[in-house]
Amino acid sequence: MQDLGIRVLFKGKNLVRLLGGLGVTLELSAASIALSIVLGLMLGMVMTLKNPLIRLLCRIHLEIIRIVPQLVLLFLCYFGLAKAFDIQISGETAAVLVFTYWGAGEMGDLVRGALTSIPRHQIESGQALGLTKLQIYRHILIPQTLRRLIPQSINLATRMIKTTSLVMLIGVIEVLKVGQQIIDASRYDSPGAAIWIYAVIFFLYFFICWPISLLARKLEARWQN
Amino acid sequence: MAEKLLEVRKLTKRFDQAQILNGISFDVAQGEVVVVVGPSGCGKSTLLRCINGLERINSGEILLRGEVISGQTKNLHRIRQRIGMVFQSYDLFPHMNVMENLLLGPTKALGRTRDAVIPEAEAALKRVGLIEKRDALPRQLSGGQKQRVAIVRALLMHPEMLLLDEITAALDPEMVREVLGVVLDLARDGMTMLIVTHEMRFAEAVADRVLFLEGGNIVEEGAPREFFHSPRTDRARQFLESFDYEAK
Amino acid sequence: MDWTFVQKFTPMYVKAAGLTLRIAAIGIVLSMVVGLLCCIVQSLRIPVLRRIAAIYIELARNTPLLVQLFFLYFGLPKVGIKLNSESCAIIGLTFLGGAYMAEALRSGLEAVELSQREAGACIGLTNLQNLRYVILPQALATAIPALCANVIFLIKETSVFSAVALADLMYVAKDLIGMYYKTDEALMMLVAAYLVLLLPVSLLFSWIERRLRYAGFGDTRTV
Repeated sequence: MQDLGIRVLFKGKNLVRLLGGLGVTLELSAASIALSIVLGLMLGMVMTLKNPLIRLLCRIHLEIIRIVPQLVLLFLCYFGLAKAFDIQISGETAAVLVFTYWGAGEMGDLVRGALTSIPRHQIESGQALGLTKLQIYRHILIPQTLRRLIPQSINLATRMIKTTSLVMLIGVIEVLKVGQQIIDASRYDSPGAAIWIYAVIFFLYFFICWPISLLARKLEARWQN
Repeated sequence: MAEKLLEVRKLTKRFDQAQILNGISFDVAQGEVVVVVGPSGCGKSTLLRCINGLERINSGEILLRGEVISGQTKNLHRIRQRIGMVFQSYDLFPHMNVMENLLLGPTKALGRTRDAVIPEAEAALKRVGLIEKRDALPRQLSGGQKQRVAIVRALLMHPEMLLLDEITAALDPEMVREVLGVVLDLARDGMTMLIVTHEMRFAEAVADRVLFLEGGNIVEEGAPREFFHSPRTDRARQFLESFDYEAK
Repeated sequence: MDWTFVQKFTPMYVKAAGLTLRIAAIGIVLSMVVGLLCCIVQSLRIPVLRRIAAIYIELARNTPLLVQLFFLYFGLPKVGIKLNSESCAIIGLTFLGGAYMAEALRSGLEAVELSQREAGACIGLTNLQNLRYVILPQALATAIPALCANVIFLIKETSVFSAVALADLMYVAKDLIGMYYKTDEALMMLVAAYLVLLLPVSLLFSWIERRLRYAGFGDTRTV
């Protein structure tokens, strides 16, 4: 019986259901990543401002997302918000809210880092060549910022994809939860299913995140200088 | 004729397609100081790196006291214990102070005790005028001081010969003198050395013999007085003239 | 806010925090060991092991800890390997953390200049001695910020252990919410517990990083 566990995968609509769960995972990731990039770009520019109050607020925000585990943030949002404002939000909404809050903070810090990393003399040599301010941005600052930023943001994206696995713990039916359901449903006819299902989910994540990581590494290596 | 300490036989070295060393042969006798000069990219540094096993050679042989040392991969560290090398970029270990830099090789590679090596290291530091720097970190030293420490570090292994690879090339002119002074002292004490340098007047002062390397070949070889004042080949003459021009 | 409730259940949180901390500490130490081993194997270019290390690092870094845990906790018993929650948590954290530590160390190693390796070789050190006395100390110093970030990351990751029935902070909070509907109190205590655990660590690490930056021992050629 044991070695037939993998048959569960091909029984009925199980595989389709699992991939459907993966779809939910990816939708949540995509929404959070997109929102994080947009908000993170704005936040990052704000973070370069010299205003002490803004700096303090950004610092606190960053410290919170660095210290409080994403799962705790999810609980706060899902259970806490519901209670505090007496609104029932879905797990999906809570997930996108939390991952965007977290992702935008991380992204903002990356943007700030990239913006402030460009040495002053780069601007000065642009000026020395007689370029206008706009030309300096267009040809010197933005390309260099992007070269630093893009590999790092791709890495952040893989981290966000991996972190979406947590949403099953607040009741969202994504790939891991679907896997669990399949295992539960086939408890009697194939009790060995768990190892196969979880192995499949493991590699589903791997084959999504790994190529993205490779891409980030390649870009980083190419743009090193 | 003194005993042959180092023999290089038909040494060739390629990097990809580029032929760096073109089957060169020469000897270095016990106690002899041989200076290698030549234009940039002539293969001088590669030659030293091949002797010390930092680069694999493509063909030929290198012998130390009659024993073939080229082509070995297993006991390279044993050979390197017998041949000291100092680099242009000093390469002191930045996380250790001067004394620790000096002790590392003798204690770890040779297995001697710290107590046995410390007096020797102190004496050597005194000799190069750096005893007060024994607890300093490399970043607190000037380039010239670092290079003198690097030379002492190599000497404390009691190598049979020293390879010096453009050891003054990264130094300010006033520091070149203090480093070259140390090397002249070593030559007087009978240290066998193979030196790559761009300091022509130093080369003339320190060398027993000069090798002029160009395009991976030894183009001319001779006593320093002859080589620097009446070179036999046109190429050597042109090379030396380029230095005259710079000097004036 | 019901303070008697908070008071009553604080000991539960303290106990859970102790468990979280213990597992995190063991996992982090083991992660360092695994990371160091991977790093040595890769740095000395040991043929087969080097490949295995590379594959392991990619697998661990590109999959979520929760999935790794489910595989260990629910999957492995099906082939006769039964692990309790705590061993699962430690193995999972080490599997994940070892790869992150290895990467941090690797980037530290890459920052050590080739000429340092050669200088070590030139005073007759063996490859292993060279790694031990010359290269690793420098690599570690460079890698410290990344290693610190990994430690914080790993402590945070422990929050998923409740999913394999480990009675950690999340587990206690979930329990209290489920049993007493004291959501505010339970969540507040949860956040407070993580702040107490992680804020000192985070502050300590920023202090270390700042000191390191000032003490940077770059062997610059400026005179």
